[in-house]
Amino acid sequence: MKLIKRGVYSVLALVGLTFLCISSVAYAKTPSNTLVMAKSISDLITLDPAEVFELTGGEVICNIYDRVMMFEAEDLTKLVGGVAESYKISGNGKTVTFKIRSGQKFHSGNPVTASDVEFSLRRVVHLKKTPSFILTQFGWDKDNVDKLIKATGPMTVSVTNNSDFSAGLLLNALSAGVGSVVDKKVVMSHEKNGDMGYEWLKTNSAGSGPFSLKTWKANELVVLEANPEHRHGKPKMKRVILRHVAEPAAQRLLVEKGDVDMARNLTPDQIKGLKGKKGIVIDNNAKAGSVYMATNNTHPILGNADVRKAIRYVVDYEGMANSFLAGQYKVHQSFWPGGLWASLENNPFKQDLTKAKSLVSKAGHGKGFKIVIDTLTTAPFPEIAQSVQQSLSKIGVEAEIILSEGKTLWPKYRARKHELIIARWSPDYVDPHSNADAFAHNPDNRQEAKLTGKPAWRTSWDDKGITALTEAAARELDLVKREQMYLDLQRQFQQTAPFTFMFQSSEQLVRQDRVKGFVSGANFDLVFYRLVSK
Amino acid sequence: MPQLSTKNIFSKYRYWLTIATPQSVWHARFQRVYIAWLSFSKNPIAMTGLYIILSLLILAMFAPLITSGDGTSQELQNRLLAPSANHWLGTDELGRDIFDRIVWGSQITLYIVILVAIIVLPIGLLIGTVAGYIGGWVDTILMRVTDIFLAFPRLILALAFVAALGPGLDNAVLAIALTAWSPFARIARAETLTIRNSEHILAARVQGASTTRILLHHITPLCLSSVIVRLTLDMAGIILTAAALGFLGLGAQPPMPEWGAMISSGRQYLLDQWWVPTIPGIAILIVSMGFNLLGDGLRDVLDPRSGEG
Amino acid sequence: MGLKTPLGLEGMVNKSFPPPIVGQLFRLFSSLILTFIGLTAITFIIGRVMPADPVLAIVGDRASREVYDAMYLQMGLDKPLIQQYLIYISNVVQGDFGKSIMTARDVLDDLIRFFPATLELATIATLIGVFIGVPMGVGAAVYQGQWFDHLVRVIGLFGYSVPIFWLGMVALLIFYGWLDVLPGPGRIEVFYDGVVNPVTGIILIDSALQEEWEVFWNAVDHLILPSTILATFALAYIARMTRSFMLDQLNQEYVLTARVKGLKESSVIWGHAFRNVLVQLITIIGLTYASLLEGSVLTETIFSWPGIGQYITTSLFNADMNAVIGGTVVVGICFVGINILSDALYKLADPRARGD
Repeated sequence: MKLIKRGVYSVLALVGLTFLCISSVAYAKTPSNTLVMAKSISDLITLDPAEVFELTGGEVICNIYDRVMMFEAEDLTKLVGGVAESYKISGNGKTVTFKIRSGQKFHSGNPVTASDVEFSLRRVVHLKKTPSFILTQFGWDKDNVDKLIKATGPMTVSVTNNSDFSAGLLLNALSAGVGSVVDKKVVMSHEKNGDMGYEWLKTNSAGSGPFSLKTWKANELVVLEANPEHRHGKPKMKRVILRHVAEPAAQRLLVEKGDVDMARNLTPDQIKGLKGKKGIVIDNNAKAGSVYMATNNTHPILGNADVRKAIRYVVDYEGMANSFLAGQYKVHQSFWPGGLWASLENNPFKQDLTKAKSLVSKAGHGKGFKIVIDTLTTAPFPEIAQSVQQSLSKIGVEAEIILSEGKTLWPKYRARKHELIIARWSPDYVDPHSNADAFAHNPDNRQEAKLTGKPAWRTSWDDKGITALTEAAARELDLVKREQMYLDLQRQFQQTAPFTFMFQSSEQLVRQDRVKGFVSGANFDLVFYRLVSK
Repeated sequence: MPQLSTKNIFSKYRYWLTIATPQSVWHARFQRVYIAWLSFSKNPIAMTGLYIILSLLILAMFAPLITSGDGTSQELQNRLLAPSANHWLGTDELGRDIFDRIVWGSQITLYIVILVAIIVLPIGLLIGTVAGYIGGWVDTILMRVTDIFLAFPRLILALAFVAALGPGLDNAVLAIALTAWSPFARIARAETLTIRNSEHILAARVQGASTTRILLHHITPLCLSSVIVRLTLDMAGIILTAAALGFLGLGAQPPMPEWGAMISSGRQYLLDQWWVPTIPGIAILIVSMGFNLLGDGLRDVLDPRSGEG
Repeated sequence: MGLKTPLGLEGMVNKSFPPPIVGQLFRLFSSLILTFIGLTAITFIIGRVMPADPVLAIVGDRASREVYDAMYLQMGLDKPLIQQYLIYISNVVQGDFGKSIMTARDVLDDLIRFFPATLELATIATLIGVFIGVPMGVGAAVYQGQWFDHLVRVIGLFGYSVPIFWLGMVALLIFYGWLDVLPGPGRIEVFYDGVVNPVTGIILIDSALQEEWEVFWNAVDHLILPSTILATFALAYIARMTRSFMLDQLNQEYVLTARVKGLKESSVIWGHAFRNVLVQLITIIGLTYASLLEGSVLTETIFSWPGIGQYITTSLFNADMNAVIGGTVVVGICFVGINILSDALYKLADPRARGD
């Protein structure tokens, strides 16, 4: 009897508890001084500005650190001084002297001085993490950097270019994430085994930007807190929270219910479903990201120039851009994204299966052949791959698709083991050299050269003329001439490269209409929270 | 009268199948199967399961006749259409007919199930019977290994295997098989232990039969029924695991219409185009239910001792 | 969820073993060690043959060769596999699971943070399974062949057959999207993050201890849906096993005797029959609990639940092998531990099972 009673009571208690919970649901919508965004942040693996190279990381450090040179949220078209107030280029164009803005403070309260700038830039070169090439391309290495980057006074730093590259390119490079200025005292106080505070700074912040890092829980959330002392004044939001939501459907539900203020990773189809919903606004921001296709030149069939050309005529650019890509990608067929300085907006290729077929026959493969398409698992790559696959089947090419996560896909690409790969790219800093260096510059095509960071090497594209043109353009000091050189480069590239650039991305942000002032620039690391209000 | 004659034939067979004095070993076996079938066919739940699995087989066999295409042809202008007379179950994000994909997907489901069974049964039987029959340190070692596989978090092990082998349907099947054989070894061993010292095994041994022969001809057939029951019951689990791998992007690759992968690629459309992820989910539910029902029924018929569980 | 039927049981119960508690402890210990070695070895080998490159996971796709090579050496990948494994094992024994690439933190710290979330989810799910499944199973046995029995059977069948990642999605759509009676994915509203200091890591306990009731109820709300979804399989399984255990008992002679003696039916059922199946039930519940700890991978994915299942899968996709091995070892040890404990309990309580 006791047992039966106990059993009944337990069940009743549980049912009661359940109802209690359901009735207790009173959703606190997001607080008015906090911006909550739903975003997939699984790419975030470090917050050290000398190492950050991922989309989310780039965005977060953009708000924690001020950089030497900057594109400011108020006007993203103009490169201006950030931590540096002004700069002077020496007569021979080799040395740039920066004057540090006075009165700036780090989150710790320490003043921002020339020695911090010197430390931050040298640190990037010494640590030699992935993005360090942005600086080391100017001829700096661990032996000479301490001489070439130097604080010449308490508020002046001189930076000497040890390469042929132009000073303009140098200034652009210092606006990248590696140009972030870190708090030398704080960082060095956490140094372990001569790591220049690397282990610590990966998960902490020591900057002078509008926000400081409060919490980062991997795959869960990032919490930023306003820096009231920032040189542009106190940001309106006291806290900014990036909430990791991997499922786009869940992101959509959350933003529709008002449980988050913004959803960052919605697909075009979901956005279509949200259009016209009360209180929901959709913003479009042009981005500098590209979607491209790369064929491997070492492949016996794909290495053929006519086959490469045929592939350009196979892709159903318009069909994709008008259906599942609508709103987030537009057709753009050159390697430097549109809407920027030196952009080439011509799009010479359209799907033309007859032409493609005759090109393939001309190459001697009229009977068709088999290839493997490698691409990423995330939307829209599987869809694009399937569209390409179907188009290829119409000219007798049988393609097999393999979807992989980036960590599995990139090793294959870097080892030159791919056949046809569909991938994305986004520039490291806002200068056409960033993309040209990757796609149109391959000084040493030998296997053992292992220039694995460059897609041009990965596809084994050994074109001396293109490589020389890329180098010349980076050296050119005259802006008008330089722009013309990039336009020429892009035209030649379009016809001969083993790359088919297909689309340029455009971001669709979904927000509650009360959220205003979110600034999202063309490059991935130019996203600003400090003007947001609610 | 043709009707009468067929009736005659049937009653003749029934007589042959139920006669109390079987004429040969094969006669006796047929009788046993027939009697089992009689009790099986009286069980409505088991029959429901059988019907579900039979319809799956029919769908898979006649897929080319039932469908209008191969389930992979895209019509980008007909994306995400609601179910209608033209597209009975609507279309997906690339304008492919979902009904066609479900039908073709049934082949993949069967492929997975059959392949896993083909891999798992021999391994499980071999390890189990050898361990049980030979005993001693062989038994200890084999069972230790089995225990490790039993102890391993299975879905995670399958995930890790696929991650190592590379995503793909065949690798997913292999990974599932690698994680699924251990209970069969356990069952086969337990069965072997109970019959190892029975008279007819002893008789065979006295007659000089080799160990291999005894294992293959005397022990394995006796283990088979309980292993098959367990296999049928596990089928649902195998289907669910395969679907889970497909869902996580590690199973079948596009454009293969594997049901789990269909849910995965369709889940972002749940809110506005519910049919895209919902229909493959229902398909998985029905088929794994079919195997569960069939397994229950088979167990009642073939293995009445074991009761539930 | 897949293949998680009572796998451990057949084997472990059938095995004979000397009853002394020392022997039990020794077996527990040796099994744990063996499992540990087996788990780490298998995961380690898998990690090394994976096509995903752990170095690239750190340095990124565009790293130059020098950067790549430096990291390769730093991670000790140039050493022979067996040496790498031994180094790893000796570190683990000293409590060092290495660093996770993905979180940039020590794997041990990660485990301490993620495991309680899974524990919380699996515990609540098991409780739901027990408190609903056991009465259902008993009822089904008592009313064998009647409508309640059929209902239980149908529910059980559903629980066994439904793909839970799909059920989770649909449930989220219905209860959060349409009806709006339950909160969305996640463990807690993000702006409550940091309000409660993690002591045990289990939010329900921490918030109750610190009397942050708003956080407590928010956490409860967030638990309802994922734990119910995770519980479907457990519920089906427990109900089914309870039913069959109870049927065994109700067909025994002593039950008949008790009835003839004029005892009340409820007392026959709960006082006699149910008491006799308790031990078997506890074993089953233990197994279910263990399987839920590992089976939460999919539920965690759907509900953005920051638990160990999600930790292991995302790490796996990112070639973060330290994290994968660490997570797998913890789950595996728990799994084996619970299995062996419930097995031992079974043997202690039921002399018949002690051996031949």
